Amino acid sequence: METIINAENISYFYDEETKKYVFKDLSLKVEKGSFVAVLGHNGSGKSTLAKHFNAILQPTEGKVYVNSMDTLDEDKLLEIRKDVGMVFQNPDNQIVATIVEDDVAFAPENLGVPHDELVIRVRDALKAVSMENFSDKAPHQLSGGQKQRVAIAGIIAMQPDCIVLDEATAMLDPKGRREVMEVVRRLNREMGITVVFITHYMEEAANADRVVVMDSGKIVLDGSPKEVFTQVETLKSIGLDVPQVTYLSYLLRGTKLELPKDILTASECADAILKLLEEKK
Amino acid sequence: MSLPVIEVKDLTFSYNSLGTTHTAIENVNLKIEKGELVGIIGHTGSGKSTLIQHLNGLLKPNSGTVLIDGEDIFSKECDLRKIRFKVGLVFQYPEYQLFEETVYNDIAFGPKNMGLSPDEIDKRVKEAAAFTGVEDYLNKSPFDLSGGQKRRVAIAGVIAMDPEILILDEPAAGLDPKGRDKILGQIKKYQREKGNTVLLVSHSMEDIAKLATKVLVMADGKVEAYDIPEKIFADTERIEKIGLAVPQITEVFEILKKNGIEIKESIFSVEYAKKVLLSLIGEGEDA
Amino acid sequence: MLSNITIGQYYPGSSPVHKLDPRTKILITVLYIVMLFAAAEVIGLLPGIIFFILSYIISGVPLKMIFRSLKPIIPLIVFTAVLNLFFVGNDVIFEFWIIKITGEGLRFSIFMIVRIIALIAGTSLLTYTTTPIMLTDGLESLLSPLKKLKFPVHELSMMMTIALRFIPTLIEETSKIMSAQKARGADLESGGLLKRAKALIPILIPLFVSAFRRAEELALAMESRCYHGGEGRTRLRELHFKLRDIISLLITALFLASVFVLNSL
Repeated sequence: METIINAENISYFYDEETKKYVFKDLSLKVEKGSFVAVLGHNGSGKSTLAKHFNAILQPTEGKVYVNSMDTLDEDKLLEIRKDVGMVFQNPDNQIVATIVEDDVAFAPENLGVPHDELVIRVRDALKAVSMENFSDKAPHQLSGGQKQRVAIAGIIAMQPDCIVLDEATAMLDPKGRREVMEVVRRLNREMGITVVFITHYMEEAANADRVVVMDSGKIVLDGSPKEVFTQVETLKSIGLDVPQVTYLSYLLRGTKLELPKDILTASECADAILKLLEEKK
Repeated sequence: MSLPVIEVKDLTFSYNSLGTTHTAIENVNLKIEKGELVGIIGHTGSGKSTLIQHLNGLLKPNSGTVLIDGEDIFSKECDLRKIRFKVGLVFQYPEYQLFEETVYNDIAFGPKNMGLSPDEIDKRVKEAAAFTGVEDYLNKSPFDLSGGQKRRVAIAGVIAMDPEILILDEPAAGLDPKGRDKILGQIKKYQREKGNTVLLVSHSMEDIAKLATKVLVMADGKVEAYDIPEKIFADTERIEKIGLAVPQITEVFEILKKNGIEIKESIFSVEYAKKVLLSLIGEGEDA
Repeated sequence: MLSNITIGQYYPGSSPVHKLDPRTKILITVLYIVMLFAAAEVIGLLPGIIFFILSYIISGVPLKMIFRSLKPIIPLIVFTAVLNLFFVGNDVIFEFWIIKITGEGLRFSIFMIVRIIALIAGTSLLTYTTTPIMLTDGLESLLSPLKKLKFPVHELSMMMTIALRFIPTLIEETSKIMSAQKARGADLESGGLLKRAKALIPILIPLFVSAFRRAEELALAMESRCYHGGEGRTRLRELHFKLRDIISLLITALFLASVFVLNSL
């Protein structure tokens, strides 16, 4: 598999004087086309890490490579940011223009994309996030979920290889969160865009191919959702949730109704219980 | 029956925007007893926020009224500012209202507006800060705190007014599980230990199921249901019809029921689920 | 169609006036102002007034919108009228106690009132028929020759766009903060001037803090989207002069010329 983001032994601190590290000697590779969720509570370092992926922050030690380009290389800055787009937490603070289509055009305009192609890119990007009927609306007329979809369209219009969503669902209601998740999954599956999804909602992380759990600047767990969520004790100890059904299976361990460890969804859980009850009859 | 602490009568509120009239809430009737912790659920735009802003008189209805302890808050004799000290309202993202140089002064803003004596203000500030666990930051600037700490300072600022009724609009929005559990725990304590009435707007069915003694379901500006959580969550179809999700564990038991497993109770906590499942195979709690 | 923009005072429509290139409309407005100021006598204002009435009819903007734009300047109109009425000229036509009204004063007074009304009504027609974003684009394009003199044209227009974008957000935020402070018993309505000014502190500080936070986050988001100033930027919204723009400008020029003809009579 080809690697798109490669962080090699990176360390970072905000303050030169105190040298309080956000993380130290951290390594992470993201494969092209994958859907990686980074889970962790506030202050775990997950957002700081994400900002290294498009050269908004640069490591104090170690290297980050994006498509083999060193993020410390000033000349490659635009190319790196074009390859790895970033969607932020607050939907209101990342929309620049007063009209949806103008905002979606913002990044390709910066890249000097010719006018005729701009029109096509904006149309396609809005279609990809199912916002084509809102192209002439003003941002303040949209719901939170719609604004985040516009922000995603603004990234898609750059034709990136990868989208990093930095807690992009934290301020949304459940409907908005669902909308964003659906769009992101579709982009990953249908357009092959690599997704790095930073969140503290475990339900969302369960959608990924791979879950990376961070705590106090360290990667504590890294694996498929099933592998990660069965580590109920580790997750609870660092203050994270597990899906209720996984927790149920954890509570039932050692009883006569022992469920498989790696259940994540309600239907998986119900099936397992039904099967067990059948056996007990 | 005792007098309800909140009584809402035929409340209707509409507003104009771009020349068209939108009805935010329509003919809402509601009685809330003292000491309840009412979870308010409903999708965005269902009228939850409009309703709670009527309960302390921030919004004035087109028709209908609100009685707090039997007093009509929209009558001429009623002093709305006094009502606001009695009905404390914490907005969504309340950390955006902090403005003072120190946490202490910010929490003191409400009590000062009440015209209390300096000694009483000092006592209230310290109590409220201790209650929400921010007593160590009293001399710090609120702008130097983390998101979760700011949130707790802002809530302390309302609790310091010692309101009989505390209303919170999504107090845990945007917080991680740790921060969320801390704040919700404090809210539960405010109801349980002080015997106060608490209204809690939340999108998380899990949180509501864990905390609430009553659940108010709002849909399209109307009261869809007001009942104990057991009854509300038993009607999965209705909850889903209005665009909300039941807790995952409740969903599991819905599937089990459909497959002919006989379960009378509605289940919305994992611990309780374990108990019910084990009893199905004839095992007790100590199994 | 940008019919839902509520910022500024845009009145949505699809009239020929709405459809003109914003640069044309800005230029016409400038010519119109020249028209009004070039007039030496009441008669010289006639072309300007006719020009305005024609544009107004074509634009389809309701009359009440024009009156609305005049409302705030009524005191100014009255003040100008009174000043000119009493203190200009010698040919007294009416005298009472210390008040005297002269024929010249009366004529000059009417002249000034008509000029101010025509000026405000005409310029507001520009903002009624052009969205703020089009105005910004038009201004940027018209000022672009100044780029050669190192005048930050692109930066100014970017600032205007962002300001327009955030006005509704900040208005909404202000009302939220006001509600939150009222819920804590803030009294914003009673007391003297000083007390009221003090009562604004709990509103203004959170508003500023939030505006700075927004600015910081927006800067980060813009950087992430490859923003690096105006150099090499293309535009989704391109402006093109069309035949109707040229015709409109020519007609305006004719009206302007007629003012000079009337002046020389």
